[in-house]
Amino acid sequence: MIDLPMMLPALPELILALLAMGLLMYGVFARGDRSASCTWAAVYGIVVAGAVVAMGGEGRAEAFYGQFVTDDFTRFAKLLVLGASGATLLMARRWMVSEGIARFEFPVLMLLTTVGMMLMVSANDLISMYLGLELQSLALYVLATVQRDNLRATEAGLKYFVLGALASGVMLYGASLVYGFAGTTSFTGIAEAVAGGDPHVGVVVGLVFVLSGLAFKVSAAPFHMWTPDVYEGAPTPVTALFAVAPKVAALSLFLRVALEPFGALAADWQQVIWIIAMLSMVIGAFAALAQENIKRLMAYSSIGHMGYALVGLTAGTPEGVRGVLVYLAIYLFMNVGAFAVILAMRQQGRAVEGIKDLAGLGRTHPLMALAMGIFMFSMAGIPPLAGFFAKFYVFMAAVDAGLIWLAVIGVLTSVVSAFYYLRIVKVMYFDEPLESLDPVGSMALRVVMSVSAAVILLFIAMPGWILSQAEIAAGALLAG
Amino acid sequence: MGEIGLAHYLTVSAILFATGVFGIFANKKNVVIIMMSIELMLLAVTINMVAFSAHLQDLVGQIFTMFILTVAAAEAGIGLAIVVVFFRNRGSIEVEDINSLKG
Repeated sequence: MIDLPMMLPALPELILALLAMGLLMYGVFARGDRSASCTWAAVYGIVVAGAVVAMGGEGRAEAFYGQFVTDDFTRFAKLLVLGASGATLLMARRWMVSEGIARFEFPVLMLLTTVGMMLMVSANDLISMYLGLELQSLALYVLATVQRDNLRATEAGLKYFVLGALASGVMLYGASLVYGFAGTTSFTGIAEAVAGGDPHVGVVVGLVFVLSGLAFKVSAAPFHMWTPDVYEGAPTPVTALFAVAPKVAALSLFLRVALEPFGALAADWQQVIWIIAMLSMVIGAFAALAQENIKRLMAYSSIGHMGYALVGLTAGTPEGVRGVLVYLAIYLFMNVGAFAVILAMRQQGRAVEGIKDLAGLGRTHPLMALAMGIFMFSMAGIPPLAGFFAKFYVFMAAVDAGLIWLAVIGVLTSVVSAFYYLRIVKVMYFDEPLESLDPVGSMALRVVMSVSAAVILLFIAMPGWILSQAEIAAGALLAG
Repeated sequence: MGEIGLAHYLTVSAILFATGVFGIFANKKNVVIIMMSIELMLLAVTINMVAFSAHLQDLVGQIFTMFILTVAAAEAGIGLAIVVVFFRNRGSIEVEDINSLKG
């Protein structure tokens, strides 16, 4: 018998998993269109799970015989994941209805992928890491293809599936080597096996394979080639999801894998992540310059942002980890807000996604243009907006850890990337409107835009709270 | 001829894994061959796992293998479903025809 208290740390995941299965049954067996009630039930479920996570108590707890762990780090990351999924689900509703693809499977799949992401965040063993990653990925493959009569969406799903399965295979091969040469799959056990700092070469090879698989999942260069196609082809609400929640989950897993089981091998993985971070920043900055499609632009932008976040991990210090967590929190608000604007881009009832379609937005929709302007300035890292502080903390951590060159490259690439962010602002305020966008009909989009813009504007007034939470979370990870 | 040991199993598995990766990148014909290559990679990993499990006298590797086989089945199911919807829209599953998104 499994006794319930053993499973208690996994209560939020259990709630969401049971809700997903229940909604699936309800959607299949109830008569008529059940997409609206399923969406609202899923949103409430995510809110409840978030409350359970937030009140989850102090300290570290394990479940399922050490496969699953919760601590201050997982609580921080899970709240970000739940916030991103919940906001996406709210924003998606109106878009899905307008495009005629509002089906009850969408919220069910969103719940399943959210459970997968939470399991990734809490993974404490190679087996639970793999299962969490696959639950997240399998649901995301289907979500990318959810608009199943659309050629571009299905092509995006097919590309994502093939490359995602390849990445899972590479990661799994690495996991098998680590298991074989360290003798255990548990993160704690691996940490003990490599504690001397002079591991078997098989462990190091396995580590590189595992890190490559994870780099694929966070879409860091040189494993980024799927990102622009999938972002462009997938339905926009799914792109909004891709841009935030899986990135937060995969980067949290990245942090845990690098720092907990392989903390003693920091000298080995630092070189690898140095190169990955540098390439991501450079490719994110230069490849985006020529883009005309805003979803494709956001894809390169997210590659660049992952590069900046990985700078903090390369430092490997508590300040670096804190920087990554603050970066993820601010990245969430910037991206969710920007995608709220992109979801609101419709002309005569038709969704548009060209940068030129934003022309004249400053005159036709002044508030929406103001919000988008705030997001773009923040992503470019211009003070006093939140995006500046996000970059500031990771670069400071890198400089303190002696990674001067990485910080210099980071600053230079943010200057280059400022060009394409500011181009959007220029198009909105200085170009003649060709065809005006429709009024924003959805309340959810307006709320998400306003809240995100307010958080980014006001971050400078109260940075202490997020910073201290991130500091506690980073402490929990490095102590474990 | 010596006894068949861990190194032999690891070599076979490494060859199978490399064949799978090569099959994904070098294949210019058909998406179904890519699906087969993905299965080949996962099966190479399971050989690795079972060989290590026997070598270490530790059951965890075999438990991991059962999970991998289960997930591989789900992955193949979803992959084939995506191939089917793509075929309905495009009328082809040639790798060269997967080209409407680029830039």
